[in-house]
Amino acid sequence: MALQSLDILRRSATTTPSTQVRNTTEVAKLIDVSACIGCKACQVACSEWNEIREEVGHNIGVYDNPTDLSAKAWTVMRFNEVEENGRLEWLIRKDGCMHCADPGCMKACPSPGAIIQYKNGIVDFHEENCIGCGYCVTGCPFNVPRISKEDGKAYKCSLCSDRVAVGQEPACVKTCPTGAIQFGSKEDMKDYAETRIADLKSRGYDKAGLYDPQGVGGTHVMYVLHHADKPDLYSGLPANPSISPMVSLWKGVAKPLATLALAGVALGSLFHYVMKGPNEVSKQTEDEIEEEDRLERERKEGAK
Amino acid sequence: MDTANRPAAGGMQMSRRQFFKISAAGLGTSGLVMMGAYSGEAHAEVRAYRLSRARETRNTCTYCSVGCGVLMYSLGDGAKNAKAEIIHIEGDPDHPVSRGALCPKGAGLLDFIHSPGRLKYPEVREPGSKEWKRISWEEAIHRVAKHMKADRDANLVEKNAEGVPVNRWLSTAMLTASASSNETGILTQKFMRSLGIVATDAQARVCHGPTVSALASTFGRGAMTNSWVDIKNADFILVMGGNAAEAHPVGFRWAIEAKKQRGARLIVVDPRFNRTAAVADHYVPIRVGSDIVFLGGIINWLIKNDKIQWDYVKAYTNASAIIQEGYGFDEGLFSGFDAEKGAYDKKTWNYELDDKGIAKVDPTLQHPRCVWNLLRQHYARYTPEVVADLTGSPIEGFELVCKHLGETCTPDKVGTILYALGWTQHTTGAQNIRTMAMIQLLLGNIGMPGGGVNALRGHSNIQGLSDLGLLSTSLPGYLPLPNEKQHTTLDAYLTANTPKTLRDGQLNYWGNTPKFFISMMKWFWGDKATKENNWGYDWLPKWDKMYDVLHITELMYQGKINGFVVQGFNPLASFPDAHKVRDAFSKLKYMVIIDPIATETSTFWQNHGESNDVDPSQIQTEVFRLPSTCFAEEDGAIVNSGRWLQWHWKGAEPPGEAHSDQEIIGELFVALRDLYRKEGGKGAEPVLNVSWPYANPKAPTPEELAKELNGRALADIPDPADKSKVLVKKGEQLPGFAALQDDGSTLCACWIFSGCWTQAGNQMARRDNTDVGLGNTPGWAWSWPANRRILYNRASCDPAGKPWDATRKLIAWNGERWAGADVPDFKVDSPPEAGMNPFIMNPEGFGRLFCTDKLVDGPFPEHYEPMETPLGTNPLHPKVVNSPAVRIFKSDRERLGKHTEFPYVGTTYRLTEHFQFWTKSVRLNAIAQPEQFVEISEVLAKEKGIVAGDWVKISSKRGFIKAKAVVTKRMKPLTVNKQTVHQIGIPLHWGWETVAQKGYLTNILSPAVGDCNTQTPEYKAFLVNLEKA
Repeated sequence: MALQSLDILRRSATTTPSTQVRNTTEVAKLIDVSACIGCKACQVACSEWNEIREEVGHNIGVYDNPTDLSAKAWTVMRFNEVEENGRLEWLIRKDGCMHCADPGCMKACPSPGAIIQYKNGIVDFHEENCIGCGYCVTGCPFNVPRISKEDGKAYKCSLCSDRVAVGQEPACVKTCPTGAIQFGSKEDMKDYAETRIADLKSRGYDKAGLYDPQGVGGTHVMYVLHHADKPDLYSGLPANPSISPMVSLWKGVAKPLATLALAGVALGSLFHYVMKGPNEVSKQTEDEIEEEDRLERERKEGAK
Repeated sequence: MDTANRPAAGGMQMSRRQFFKISAAGLGTSGLVMMGAYSGEAHAEVRAYRLSRARETRNTCTYCSVGCGVLMYSLGDGAKNAKAEIIHIEGDPDHPVSRGALCPKGAGLLDFIHSPGRLKYPEVREPGSKEWKRISWEEAIHRVAKHMKADRDANLVEKNAEGVPVNRWLSTAMLTASASSNETGILTQKFMRSLGIVATDAQARVCHGPTVSALASTFGRGAMTNSWVDIKNADFILVMGGNAAEAHPVGFRWAIEAKKQRGARLIVVDPRFNRTAAVADHYVPIRVGSDIVFLGGIINWLIKNDKIQWDYVKAYTNASAIIQEGYGFDEGLFSGFDAEKGAYDKKTWNYELDDKGIAKVDPTLQHPRCVWNLLRQHYARYTPEVVADLTGSPIEGFELVCKHLGETCTPDKVGTILYALGWTQHTTGAQNIRTMAMIQLLLGNIGMPGGGVNALRGHSNIQGLSDLGLLSTSLPGYLPLPNEKQHTTLDAYLTANTPKTLRDGQLNYWGNTPKFFISMMKWFWGDKATKENNWGYDWLPKWDKMYDVLHITELMYQGKINGFVVQGFNPLASFPDAHKVRDAFSKLKYMVIIDPIATETSTFWQNHGESNDVDPSQIQTEVFRLPSTCFAEEDGAIVNSGRWLQWHWKGAEPPGEAHSDQEIIGELFVALRDLYRKEGGKGAEPVLNVSWPYANPKAPTPEELAKELNGRALADIPDPADKSKVLVKKGEQLPGFAALQDDGSTLCACWIFSGCWTQAGNQMARRDNTDVGLGNTPGWAWSWPANRRILYNRASCDPAGKPWDATRKLIAWNGERWAGADVPDFKVDSPPEAGMNPFIMNPEGFGRLFCTDKLVDGPFPEHYEPMETPLGTNPLHPKVVNSPAVRIFKSDRERLGKHTEFPYVGTTYRLTEHFQFWTKSVRLNAIAQPEQFVEISEVLAKEKGIVAGDWVKISSKRGFIKAKAVVTKRMKPLTVNKQTVHQIGIPLHWGWETVAQKGYLTNILSPAVGDCNTQTPEYKAFLVNLEKA
């Protein structure tokens, strides 16, 4: 097989099985929200290491900036002020790819090798294989991938697969001033989380807990939350994320049947891809998504 | 975040886009693979690791005083044909404080080095011109030197009216750079004083000046008492008068560590629920400018509830000392106030001495004039009800802080305080800090691991610049610059600055002043300093008044200053009342900017619309802009807040024609000296006699200067234990300040740094991070004084020499000497029974609850309202509303507003994404926080019809700014003296030299009045109005 630094578990739209004999340590990033000061060092270190620079934006009345994830902002801090049990709390959550064990993006991805899941748990986008269809965006239960306006390809956090491959921790982890972001084997991270949860409980956070949602098979980015019973408080962290039912249905039970039945249509799809290229489709799709998201955001803000 | 597009759990809801895309996805996938469009082989490779063979250079972050270690990676492996360019920076995992971490500024250093704002060539802006013109270095240096010489020749005061040689040049002022190295700092000190410059200041003035006054007057030294890592040893952490998570994120990790490892509790007291509060156990709001009420209330509570560490207080503080008859406090005034002068005669604020000059004490604490009883009486007025009424803090919150602090009065519980500019930048700045220092003495928390008063310094080397005396009236090592009245001769100077011991058996380390001073004079004047000429004493400038930034601005405003040299400073943005500052600059004849990046100061003459509405053609100032290197492009040492001198190394060449600060100062000095040699001139002697022994006089090297900071023997130094032996041979580097002599046989530029570069080499470059106990890493870098990491550590033991807490054993008496994990801050062979006290810099050896006559505004802190008070009165003593010892110029007093006109309280501060006014030129930081905003409460927003994201206009008596509104639950109106007080938070980072969105200089709003003792400006409490823009 080809030389590679990380063993592959799965690869999007690929039927050939991956090599499976080697044991690889499953890794995880643990974000202890209770120790996060929202300094954005992780945002900056991420952009610096990955050589991406988002446009300089505007203040829209909150601390969040960039105000959303983008092809050039792979992690952002989301700030939320809540009053829980008569106390004001400023809940700050580092948002970005969760590196699901059962990645919706990968299930939805039609392009072979555009999305790779390594055996250590990292889910990586390989833009050279990306056709820019945007299906990963739909497939993601956390609304993470973003399509670049420059090259029409999907981008997101790689968990610094290039650093992890040579034995280093991701850039965000290393830089975190307060140690709110930790990195190690998933097992160690869960053990460490237990100590943090015990400490939080001793400080009166009875519902403190670990966020490692099983609806996506668990994640390789986990959170320690003071209010694990209310993940939605943390700028809309989903309580029970799962892969979109249509992706599951399609790629699960119905897939063999549908593949046969719709082979002809698939040919048409390929024809479309070859003739018109990916960018046009993706741009149109992305605009639609953005419009939908914008309307939804407005609805939500209005409700507040 | 968008959640609605996700299906509800178990449901099958789908939006249109999901349906469209998923069906297409399935088709596409199956289709492409089925048709064999791709090989589908299961292999892939991650992005190649980009640093495999890049060159790694170690450095120290240039921003704040945590002093994080950084690794810089540059192109090329060092081969001569490769031009190194820094391509990546990340944290140094070996660094004991930062352990690989960097905050958003540090993590974005790469974009500072490569900022589009970097200056590359010398430039001049001719009088009245609208633009810069590129010039050569030769022309720049020649023209600047000509200006300086002409001005000095015209205005140098050689002797004062009494005929005392004062050698004072006031018509050119200079600011020095807190991010430059010690080596640049000490060279600049020599340059300035040889010319007679006294109108000089550094960023210490606008940040931690009051810290030095408050801590030195209490403990003996004006520095952070403990170290960053040591914060992890605390059981309780109070963050007040600062926002450690925001301003010092990586240092703050040790507070989080204390929480995690020891279960420490953390409480934040602040006008805003800030980022530190986000991770605290409790948050207590407070009105800005009322800290002494809160802290004085704590003193009263501790006394009333008997939460005092009595053994410590009785042995180590001046609680038992008897104060002179005549001392008193009445209706807001201490004894000795002279209303006409607006100043105190402090003679009654002193110890009662016996006929041998020894301070009298009453160990039973019964004497009515002993400090303990005076303290009790003074703070009896500060009841919890008064605290709640004047601070706006809820009484439960106040009592919670008291309870937690009070628990640390036992020997096995230790609490610490982290503070910064929230306390210093007030008219009562030094006294805010004093109050906390007194609390920590009462609790026995000074000298203890996990305790102390931790002043979190600002800039990366502002501690160093303070240490090197780059302030109007200072010399290196906290020696004062001579004063024209009190120090007319060397003898007078030495007598005044060499205190006599006030209690028997005390070390009284300032008793060695002549050794420090004369060794420094040998550094200044070399062979020209002889016993016969009093070591060149007459050549040193003698000051008449302190020329702090407010005074300098006022003199410029009056047209009395012609020249201004600005080294790594952005005064237009940093000084208060920016419009006045701009008008003051417009009256200068010449200005010289030395900086790596473009600053608003350098373009004060440009029109930037509403934010700087000037007509360049009307401004006749000739402005020179000289590009300098930044941290990444030079070697040298900077001093972190914990007093560690850390050496750093150059990783790349500077851009364009930028020169190092040492080269620029060297070139300027040589050009000036050549002019004096050629033409002669007024006061030529000091310029011609100053020692400039550097191999290349135009470019003294960091190594040459660092060695001078340590000092060397000019003759064989005999061993005091055995005079037949030689301790240090002629020409050798000194082992430390204990070897300094007062007979001219040693040279040392800054006595407290002696030990930093010994015969064994550069101690600041050491990198052994072994933890020898309690997080102490004595093999990492080098700490002044004498590599001690925790000051006053003798006080971590009881009077018998046993640690108060066996689990916090730092040093102990082992029967022969003091030894342990830290270097004892004590005479190592003085046995406990000798009765020497732990505060060795104080002549009585005590920590001072009553600070005698060391501060100008009282021996005990007292609450006074800010000059612009929202109350219009001081309920504690309505006849004395503001501090009676405030100095304010007439033109500044006229620019003060009243609460009737400006009903809200404004307070300025930093955000963690930015560092002062530098990082607006750094793309990565501009992205993280792009645009100017202010923070207002939901209540005030509703009253004013403002919603989040609106533009608002904030005005004070001095001008206005416009910014976006952040409407937040984190700011709440407070009830103070039965009225509602709204506070508005005003971050300070914006301007027009920027890659972020353009903004206004926040200091357009703040008033030009300073702390009574140090003139550090009041940036934290002033009056504003707010309207929707």
